[in-house]
Amino acid sequence: MTSKDHSGGGSQLEELNGFTNPGLPEHKPRLTDSDPRAQKVAERQVALWFLLSMIGTIWFIVAYFLFPLEESMESIRLHTMFVGLGATLAMFGIGAGAVLWAKNLMSDHEGIDERHDIHGSEEDQAIALEILHQANEESGIGRRPLIRNTLIAALALAPLPAVLVFRDLGPLPGNTLHHTIWDKGVRLIQDPGGIPSPESERPIRADEVTIGSAYHVLPSGIGDHENTDHPINEKAKAAVLLMRIDPKELKEDPARKDWSHDGIVAYSKICTHVGCPVALYEHQTHHLLCPCHQSTFDVTEHCKVIFGPAKRPLPQLPITVDSEGYLVAQSDFPEPVGPTFWEINHP
Amino acid sequence: MSTTQPTTAIGKAANFTENRVGASVLVREFGRKIFPSHWSFMLGEVALYSFVIVVLSGTFLTFFFHPAMGELHYEGPWVPLRGVEISEAYNSTLAISFEIRGGLFIRQMHHWGALLFVAALSIHMLRVFFTGAFRRPRELNWIVGVLLLIMGMAAGFTGYSLPDDLLSGNGLRIIDGIIKSLPLVGTYVSFFLFGGEFPGIDIVSRLYTLHIMIVPALIIALIGVHLVFVVVHKHTQWPGAGHTEKNVVGEPVLPTFAAKGGGFFFLIFGLLSLISALFTINPIWNYGPYDPSPVSAGTQPDWYIGWADGYLRIVPGWFEFYIAGWPISFNINSALVVMGGVFVAMFVYPFFEAWLLKDHREHHILDRPRNNPTRTAIGVAGIIFYCNLWAAASGDLIAVFFHMSLNDMIYIFRFLFFFGPIIGYMITKRMCIGLQRKDRELALHGRETAQIIRLPHGEFLERHEALPANKLWKITAFESPQYVPAEPNADGKITGAEKLRARLSRFFFEDRVAPVSKQELDASHHDHHEVGSTDQAQIGH
Repeated sequence: MTSKDHSGGGSQLEELNGFTNPGLPEHKPRLTDSDPRAQKVAERQVALWFLLSMIGTIWFIVAYFLFPLEESMESIRLHTMFVGLGATLAMFGIGAGAVLWAKNLMSDHEGIDERHDIHGSEEDQAIALEILHQANEESGIGRRPLIRNTLIAALALAPLPAVLVFRDLGPLPGNTLHHTIWDKGVRLIQDPGGIPSPESERPIRADEVTIGSAYHVLPSGIGDHENTDHPINEKAKAAVLLMRIDPKELKEDPARKDWSHDGIVAYSKICTHVGCPVALYEHQTHHLLCPCHQSTFDVTEHCKVIFGPAKRPLPQLPITVDSEGYLVAQSDFPEPVGPTFWEINHP
Repeated sequence: MSTTQPTTAIGKAANFTENRVGASVLVREFGRKIFPSHWSFMLGEVALYSFVIVVLSGTFLTFFFHPAMGELHYEGPWVPLRGVEISEAYNSTLAISFEIRGGLFIRQMHHWGALLFVAALSIHMLRVFFTGAFRRPRELNWIVGVLLLIMGMAAGFTGYSLPDDLLSGNGLRIIDGIIKSLPLVGTYVSFFLFGGEFPGIDIVSRLYTLHIMIVPALIIALIGVHLVFVVVHKHTQWPGAGHTEKNVVGEPVLPTFAAKGGGFFFLIFGLLSLISALFTINPIWNYGPYDPSPVSAGTQPDWYIGWADGYLRIVPGWFEFYIAGWPISFNINSALVVMGGVFVAMFVYPFFEAWLLKDHREHHILDRPRNNPTRTAIGVAGIIFYCNLWAAASGDLIAVFFHMSLNDMIYIFRFLFFFGPIIGYMITKRMCIGLQRKDRELALHGRETAQIIRLPHGEFLERHEALPANKLWKITAFESPQYVPAEPNADGKITGAEKLRARLSRFFFEDRVAPVSKQELDASHHDHHEVGSTDQAQIGH
């Protein structure tokens, strides 16, 4: 890896397609190579950039104190901008100065390195082989297959505990994915965002649901800690969309006729594709659209898939009305909600 | 022991180091090592420097970020969220943004830097591909590069999910859905990853360990190997006068390359500072904390995950089918097959091309992309394949912007999934061949001088001027790969694999424009000679 600084490269000639490599072109001097005034200008230019960098650093420090963070978005924006512009100048100044220094003032004569074989010399290879042979002889690893093979087997087995200790990363699935906390008689409450406490629950009366309206719905009791340890896990399965459609427009399966109440239907909000909330309801067409991957479901036909990457319809929550006129579930979802998983049909 | 006794402070310090670690050997070895200078060789540097900036800014963030999912009520300065129940991770990210001075600036630098890291890495790999820099002896370094790309995406994704905001939470939910689609093991892998049901309370701290320890450690190790290989192989160089397979022409490390490279680091740092000072990225305070029920329309992952998300959007639902009730969710898990296939294709390409050409020689002079039309066309086909999926991840936004039907957009993406790469391949190959012909023309007939000459009989001619030797060398000095017909092996048999190789080789290299040879050039000069002499005579009179 020697390097020689010489232009011309007369010894590097090579032929290709009958042409001869003309060798490195002659070095063209820059203005700064000959003109002392140009050199002086270039020198000052570099120093000026370094000076600007110093100003940038000081600017950063001043801005850090001068623009305090307050409660307004405005103060945060100003602080970030001025601190950031200081950093920009501090960094850019050093960079621009160094690059201009290299381009205008350092030698721009091209150097040449010879390439050498990547493999070792024949002597190196012979010695290396000899060492390996010697190691083989001295250890007897080739002669003693019993030792060798038991060692390989031991090394192959040894990582198993390292895999096994990860067993407690999580519980086994069991049939948890087949159930939600919906159950017979559980009231449908409005989803206020987050997890509602039992006191703040707002159950939905059937007669307040007007035709064309849609509700984001959760099961009553989701925020009750006696009911569930991880309400957010339950919400990830139990979120429901409730819509009321003119019963004449619903094309209901006779077997599921009593799952709706006077045109009010409830479907899982969790997409059967990969689990995004199916949050966009077009109430003209009665289509539900998943904003993540655009699976489209037709609410009038039991949320069957009419477009996009999902395969299964959104599961329907059978609902009815309790004695006080509130909407309640008839049971849990009759099938698992959310993305398809291996055991989906084998609880 | 050195022969002279140092007198200055720097000299003494150097002497101290020399006598303890023998630094002079390193300086001698690397001090004047030659690096060729070309803008396209800076792309890898951009990736390296943005990675350094991401590590620096990320270290700062770890001092303030709490990777935990315990719930608390927000009490910070951001009024819209006051009193809302949020996780510690989200809370601390809000604190970094609104309460730590310079915090938002550094958070944004971390995010922009990560985006730039993967972008620079990708463009650097395209440069390496299109110039054939992956050929022997650099095949292994190409593989290290592909691994770095995968780890870069992994680093980005694990980091993206940490703030536990609505957008990244929905991203995690998609990952959970993809995991659950795996046959046999999917449900178990999901439960082990999330510590039970999605989303659980473990995922942020687990991703954090991956994000700040395992993934960056692997990236640093791979970068180390990558750079060692660069030193061992020495850098490739563009074809040009004085450049040969046996040398490398450029600038010495000390001082020029070090000054330019070091300066370039600060320029990248300055650029990322400017972007982070002025442009908001990932405003998690607008998204709100993760909640499984809401989602914002027009959701988008970070750019490098886009192609996977786009693929998920364009697969039709009927790809999912059931065997005795057991689901094969090919509409989802084929995304993993496609991504894996792309990476496998990248891993094997250097070996594939060497096999096709039976060319196992070392190559240190780069190909100009036009001089290997089939490779260039394959590269463009790959870019179109990728970008089509990438665009599909924004299909809904594109549809809104152009007032098109969302469904029609998906049909277009499905069409382009199959035909886009083929169209791109054909056009690119023709373009490369056209450019090669242009080069031939230039070599044989010289450059146009814009001097019009009128001959005695009234004909007009434009005078052409022969190219200078170094320009001529640049456009003629390349090897044009040729179809290698099937050859019998030692037993005199032509194996099936050899027949396949020959057929592929024919497909790849049948259409070729041979480089101009000296004989052709001399012959063409001979043809022109009489015209030339007439010109001379004419001008002389």
